Amino acid sequence: MCMSDREYDVIIIGGGPAGYSAGIYTTRAMLKTLLIESNTVLSQLMLTDDIENYPGSPEKIKGFELIDNFKKQAGYFGLEIHEGFVEKIKQIDTEKRKWCIITQNKSEYIAESLIAATGAKARKLEVIGEDDLRGKGVSYCAVCDGAFFKNQNVVVVGGGDTAIQEAIFLTRYASKVTVIHRRNRLRAEKLLQQQAFKNNKIDFIWDSTVEKIEGENKVENIRLKNVKTKSNTDFKCNGIFIFVGFTPNTDYIKKIVNTDDSGWIITDNKMNTNRPGIFAAGDLRADTYRQIATAVGDGVTAALSCEKYISKIRGTEYI
Amino acid sequence: MLSTNLKHLETDEETQKVLMENENVMIYCGRMGPMCIPVYGIMEELEQQYPHVAFRDMDFDIQAAFFIINLPECSGFMGLPFTVYFKNGKVAAATTSIQGKNQVTQILDKEFGKTA
Repeated sequence: MCMSDREYDVIIIGGGPAGYSAGIYTTRAMLKTLLIESNTVLSQLMLTDDIENYPGSPEKIKGFELIDNFKKQAGYFGLEIHEGFVEKIKQIDTEKRKWCIITQNKSEYIAESLIAATGAKARKLEVIGEDDLRGKGVSYCAVCDGAFFKNQNVVVVGGGDTAIQEAIFLTRYASKVTVIHRRNRLRAEKLLQQQAFKNNKIDFIWDSTVEKIEGENKVENIRLKNVKTKSNTDFKCNGIFIFVGFTPNTDYIKKIVNTDDSGWIITDNKMNTNRPGIFAAGDLRADTYRQIATAVGDGVTAALSCEKYISKIRGTEYI
Repeated sequence: MLSTNLKHLETDEETQKVLMENENVMIYCGRMGPMCIPVYGIMEELEQQYPHVAFRDMDFDIQAAFFIINLPECSGFMGLPFTVYFKNGKVAAATTSIQGKNQVTQILDKEFGKTA
């Protein structure tokens, strides 16, 4: 049973580019839509300072500004937004395929269809010292904490877009930024790589992983391992910024839809999951590129698929 | 200016007043960034569950924040936000960087008790 009289045609779970893009389209399709976003799990966009590669934005735009624009636009069309952390989803009507969505603070909502757009969260290194020294030299946010490392020596772990973007950002403050990557080449966008290679403040240590983070009351040293030679070295630094990938935010839904071994949701190219009426969009999808623009595309596709699904079950499909 | 639903501390006088008038105080000093915003939401929830605690936030970039930043218990902190728990005007606990709801309630329960 679902103790709720709050019923919607579609509920979108997640307040990032995928979720809001879906919301713009479902509300314009006159579907009664609710978007549930958690203020304890923020969009990746909030971690990003300057965005230069979002099509249609010739001027750099801050991550939080872009999200704000998505939200405003969705608001123009009447998207209802509630704050909440979705904990569980259960099917309450097998014939009509209705779903009950339950949040952490026990609010309940009923939906005829769902769009899961909860993205991913930053992966930790899971090494000794990482938790103890968090906030004392260990950071996952250059925008938040970069200023604490003025004229100091910091390390960035990772080789993708986020790692290189943040390494470049950190050169505003740090005297030296050393990028540590487990391979011998970066995965980041070529333009970002070029900017990083040209930057005199950025050095690289290749084929290496971080084994341990050390320090009395703050980060003082990291222990590195060369993945080819297996040798260990110590590297003195004042801070370590960790950008080693993401894990999907799919705990609330992974028992209901098919996912891969790592928990990323499997969809077709129309964002359909294996469950009729449940769609997935954005970073939480398996085997996808994780960019703002692709998340937007996913959100729109999911909304169109959702609209088609609702029309079909109501017998109003445009044939 | 922080865009939260919490009461803000904006001057030294306001800070001293809340510490003098309340046995249990949690001051959350941060900005509106991704490490800070989640915990404002948690605090707004906890205000209902811990009526015997005064929850306040403070903008990290104002003059009054030096009171928090310069606390000996915050020395060595290099991650936003700085969160300080006061019991009868004295620091009972202090944390740096983002904290989850469980981490916050663990400290609240230990230092201030679950109920008045």
